[in-house]
Amino acid sequence: MDFKNTSDFVSGFWNFWVIGVSLASIVGCGVFLLIQDKAKTSAGNTTGHVWDETLQEYSNPLPNWWRWMFYITVIFGLVYVVLYPGLGNMAGTFGWTMRGQYEDEMKKAEEQYAPKFNQFLKMDIVAVAANPEAKEMGQRLFLTYCAQCHGSDAGGTASFPNLKDGDWLWGGAPDKIKETIVAGRTGVMTPKGTKPDMDGEQVKDVVHYVRSLSGLSSDSIRAQRGKDLYPQACAACHGPDGKGNADAGYPNLTDKVWLYSSQEASMMETVTKGRTNQMPAFGEFLGPAKVHLLTAYVWGLGGGVKAEAKPAAAAAAPEGMSGMAGTEGMAADKK
Amino acid sequence: MLTHEQIEKNVGWMIVLTVLLVSVAGLVEIVPLFFQTSTTKPVNELVKPYDPVRLAGRDIYIREGCYNCHSQMIRPFRAETERYGHYSVAGEFVYDHPFQWGSKRTGPDLARVGGRYSDQWHKIHLLNPRDVVPESNMPAYYWLDRPLKEPNIGAKMAALRVVGVPYSDKEIAEAPKAIEGKTELDALIAYLQGMGLALKQTR
Repeated sequence: MDFKNTSDFVSGFWNFWVIGVSLASIVGCGVFLLIQDKAKTSAGNTTGHVWDETLQEYSNPLPNWWRWMFYITVIFGLVYVVLYPGLGNMAGTFGWTMRGQYEDEMKKAEEQYAPKFNQFLKMDIVAVAANPEAKEMGQRLFLTYCAQCHGSDAGGTASFPNLKDGDWLWGGAPDKIKETIVAGRTGVMTPKGTKPDMDGEQVKDVVHYVRSLSGLSSDSIRAQRGKDLYPQACAACHGPDGKGNADAGYPNLTDKVWLYSSQEASMMETVTKGRTNQMPAFGEFLGPAKVHLLTAYVWGLGGGVKAEAKPAAAAAAPEGMSGMAGTEGMAADKK
Repeated sequence: MLTHEQIEKNVGWMIVLTVLLVSVAGLVEIVPLFFQTSTTKPVNELVKPYDPVRLAGRDIYIREGCYNCHSQMIRPFRAETERYGHYSVAGEFVYDHPFQWGSKRTGPDLARVGGRYSDQWHKIHLLNPRDVVPESNMPAYYWLDRPLKEPNIGAKMAALRVVGVPYSDKEIAEAPKAIEGKTELDALIAYLQGMGLALKQTR
């Protein structure tokens, strides 16, 4: 169905109905004014009624300025429906439509902004990230489309990743970031990993082992017991060494970045109940040019990884380090 | 010809002429809308009657007065379509009785909020908006995480059928089961996540 056609009456009758009632009411007003003008009214006459013993009403003619305002309004109304759409399916001689006005606005904006967007679209992400103007545009886009989840400073919050800390669930190379924005991501941790028969104590053991991997406080006996459970329960996704796998969105358990806080209770919850996290897809909505700018902006926030370099190399960048320290601080603030 | 005196002294004439006068705009601006395809038929096959969970969520949306701050109509201006997506069209709302278009925007428009955020985000955000958007001035709806009680869901659907929503007897009969075990939060999020999907991919 063509939703753009808004004068799609189910029968031709309604076209004539709208024209008829509109014209009759406008013309009727004019005729009524003429009749009233001809009526014999003169200053000082009354309508002839007496209410409440003595109350009378003058029947004075309208002041001329008022009378003429009425006539002008009637003429304006008639001219208007000739120029603009107002009479049923008649388009009006100006050919104006609300949608046309919108499309003109879009076209104008396209002419104005497209060269800029296209200029950046042709450039490499790394080069775009270095361009101050692109960064400004990227920030504005980020604040409009991304800040609701990742925060206006891109620092994220519990369950919404920090984008400037150099740690990437799905990879921080430009093409990986772009992929994330375009198609979205869904990260799933199954309850109790790959060992669903773990009881509460065993879950706690695994949690303590995982805590020990990243230098968090842990009970060494529990951690020892957890170490034995880890290969069965966790290694399939997080790897035998706990370093995860960014190609599939499996988090690194050995770093200091915790999406859901590093408190024992939160980790217990993660292992016991599992987690499902989703980044919605923005590719269709934003289009390639905006996605490109956003990718560069996010990449340039300090946490971006060079396309060919190893993640560890990028983490050594000064901004990356300070961002990482910020994450820990933020996670602590969340308590 | 009627005179001033006749109209004023004859209440019948007074009523007839008053009704005629005040109904002119409605007769040309409202009545023809009931006889247009674009306002009475779904804009595409993605516009479907609300399933019971979303319907219950919609009632919570109304109960909590979300419409006081959120409109559900994207106007055809670039500033709006850039932010929210394609402008709203009448055929997207044929199963809304009543529609929730509104014009008050203390918060953003929600006409195309479906799929824009994750369920997780909505959950956190509804319970306490400041947890995800520190600058937010939206109230916290912390009580929503409680069981959904909607014993009249079937009756509601039956009533909506009277005004033209094509629910089948089977759908109505199975409605109580569909909302079983859901929380108010689940229902509201289901409603929000389904909003505006019909033209989401239309540029």
